[in-house]
Amino acid sequence: MNTENDIKKLIQDNEVCLFMKGTPESPQCGFSMTVSNILKHLNVNFKGINVLENQNLRQGIKDFSEWPTIPQLYVKNEFIGGCDIIKELFENGELKTKLTEKGLIAK
Amino acid sequence: MALTENEIKELIIGSIPDASIEIKDLMGDNNHYSAIIKSKVFNNLSKIEQHKLVYKSLKGKMGNELHALTITTEVKK
Repeated sequence: MNTENDIKKLIQDNEVCLFMKGTPESPQCGFSMTVSNILKHLNVNFKGINVLENQNLRQGIKDFSEWPTIPQLYVKNEFIGGCDIIKELFENGELKTKLTEKGLIAK
Repeated sequence: MALTENEIKELIIGSIPDASIEIKDLMGDNNHYSAIIKSKVFNNLSKIEQHKLVYKSLKGKMGNELHALTITTEVKK
């Protein structure tokens, strides 16, 4: 299996894809929990990928995004950021605007 | 091995010489920090690119020796 291809497939198949530690129901890290809770709060359907279940993915997503930390959020194939950026975009309203424009917030 | 506030500052300044940096040790454990970094080099860069510059300055320590660093970047006027 090729990790890079796995990642490409995950972010293509899931419009909102969060690489995280743990699951949305049971996050295993405070930063992953923060981003997961923001998406839940905004009523966004998202796929949580638990990198703790797959060591190749855990390292692979860092290499793929050239980003050293987890969580990482992808929206429609685009890397949006990690916890700090998502928090900032949530607080200034840009995240909601972006997701609404893309039709990703459930009514 | 944890990093001290000064070590983090030196690493960032090493790559971003004009940076003004405010660091807080959030739990007093040399392991969970927040940093506000202001620099002119962030001008015209996306947030992702700005944070990548900071990560790069930390030379692979982020996520390893340095467990948690909350980053806020601002363009220096």
